[in-house]
Amino acid sequence: MAAGWFETTRAGDDVVLKAGGRWTLAASRALDAALRRLTIADARNVLFDLTDIEALDTAGAWLIKRTQLDLSAAGIAGTVRGAKAGHAALLARVSDVGAPPPLAPHPRFHLVDILEHLGEALFHGLRQARDLLNFFGALLFAAARVIRHPGRIRFISFVSHVQLHGLNAMPIIGILLFLVGIVVAYQGVGQLSRFGAQIYTVDLVGISVLREMGVLISSIVIAGRSGSAFTAQLGTMQVNEEIDAIRTMGLDPLEVLVLPRILALMIALPLLTFFADIMAILGGAFMSTLTIDITFAQFLSLLNQAVTLTHFWVGMVKAPIFALLIAMVGCFEGMRVRGSAESVGRLTTQAVVEALFLVIVVDAFFSVLFSFLGI
Amino acid sequence: MAETDPIISVRGLRTQFGAQVIHDGLDLDVRAGEVIGVVGGSGTGKSVLLRTIVGLNRQTAGTINVFGADTGRLNEDEWRQLEARWGVLFQAGALFSSLTVAENIQVPFREHADLPPTLMSELTSLKIELVGLPPGACGKFPAELSGGMRKRAGLARALALDPEILFLDEPTAGLDPIGAAAFDQLIRSLQQSLGLTVFMVTHDLDSLATICDRIAVLVDKRIKVGTMEEHLADDHPWIHEYFHGPRGRAARHETD
Repeated sequence: MAAGWFETTRAGDDVVLKAGGRWTLAASRALDAALRRLTIADARNVLFDLTDIEALDTAGAWLIKRTQLDLSAAGIAGTVRGAKAGHAALLARVSDVGAPPPLAPHPRFHLVDILEHLGEALFHGLRQARDLLNFFGALLFAAARVIRHPGRIRFISFVSHVQLHGLNAMPIIGILLFLVGIVVAYQGVGQLSRFGAQIYTVDLVGISVLREMGVLISSIVIAGRSGSAFTAQLGTMQVNEEIDAIRTMGLDPLEVLVLPRILALMIALPLLTFFADIMAILGGAFMSTLTIDITFAQFLSLLNQAVTLTHFWVGMVKAPIFALLIAMVGCFEGMRVRGSAESVGRLTTQAVVEALFLVIVVDAFFSVLFSFLGI
Repeated sequence: MAETDPIISVRGLRTQFGAQVIHDGLDLDVRAGEVIGVVGGSGTGKSVLLRTIVGLNRQTAGTINVFGADTGRLNEDEWRQLEARWGVLFQAGALFSSLTVAENIQVPFREHADLPPTLMSELTSLKIELVGLPPGACGKFPAELSGGMRKRAGLARALALDPEILFLDEPTAGLDPIGAAAFDQLIRSLQQSLGLTVFMVTHDLDSLATICDRIAVLVDKRIKVGTMEEHLADDHPWIHEYFHGPRGRAARHETD
């Protein structure tokens, strides 16, 4: 079976284009190039002789059709003869659809586009902030409604989320913070021993963990673990029209789905932070006993002198606020899912990034605030 | 391969998921150039049969011959060549959601064919016209299309490489009756002009009556193949119920 070929011969005013072989997709690159080079001048009629064509598919039929169209644009008539029945049907079918309009070319990239994207990103960010604020407002109203009618609190849903996002997160948070404690203590000993102050490792571990590390690292883990889960769950429900179903039953999705999640995380994250603080201090104690020759009891008594309850509360007070941010952003992005499953993935990523961003910004804001207050 | 040999030949097929047996000793021949409709109650494994033939499920026992080659014995290269010779339209179109319609159709071109860019875009445009999509649909993303348009775009992608066999999984499900009828006619006309063999899983009695040459009914884990008349004469309870039920009668009435 030969690949597609054609040859032209002149017969008076007519030109005969004799085609043969397999006019299929596989041969179309060569045929396309050859047909584009074809120049037929001063002929009145071109006869396409397809008798020898062994196989024809839409690609081959299109090439014949396109050549005909090109010729007629130049004022030359093209007629087809000798096509087998199946091939004629295919040619007729391709002719029926007429000349397909060319596809829109790919957009070119210009320098101006960078500016345009920048502006778009800015407005997108502003719109996002406005929508989030809007969502927060709606949430406050929903919370107020629930407080006025405490019977409407979804207690079972709330408890189940506390378990899923609090209790079940304990192993990972425990291991991570224990390791963080070890790392902080190790770095502290390394630097402080240079001027013989390695005993202050205890202060370093205690203060940095209680004020910052415990709550921040717990929040980061929870943003990745629970914030993303909220977006994915609500987003999937949005795609399945479950949230619309909830609305048509006269229920408020904010009350049924969002509030229990936010409340659960606001309870779970402070508890997790407390647990995280303990684990990180244990990690620090473990490293200290190994490297600076103090016993566990000595570590605890030094810790007792180093930290005050204020340090603990400075860390702890941030936990519910971070939890609110993470859960709110997670639910907000989940409720924004529209249409396809693809947007669930995109918005989940976005939710985690935004939650982490907000957590760290608010944490910095707290640092400034506490330094003003002298705490 | 002689002209009369079946293009797809399934022998002694057994598929099971865990302890649940879906097909047992199923035999089926699909002739070249016919439109065969596969029907059966929910859960009888119509889609599973389609998925098994195209290699998405592995059968527990039995052989499947496509184009005279046992699909169980093909190596990777041979599979690749085989897959270029059939097209599959999944139930919801299964368009890649991150690509536009035109890019979706170009995926098989890019993977299996060596085409210059101009010709590729001409052929893409041609396929879009062939399945009756408006030219404006080219640059749209699947999420922006209606269900019917998504199916047409999926069909254009399945037809990209001019396959010899077209597998359709419930092509008219979810379309309004007018859209469904138009889709039936589209499949019939494409089948005739492109010389396709069509393997169609369907629930749509109108499709069966108007465009199928033969009907394969999945009952008791096996298949009974025949024309509409033969099935009408069958006294198997499910087949009788299916073709003589109110919907079956209505579909027959329309085409008489």
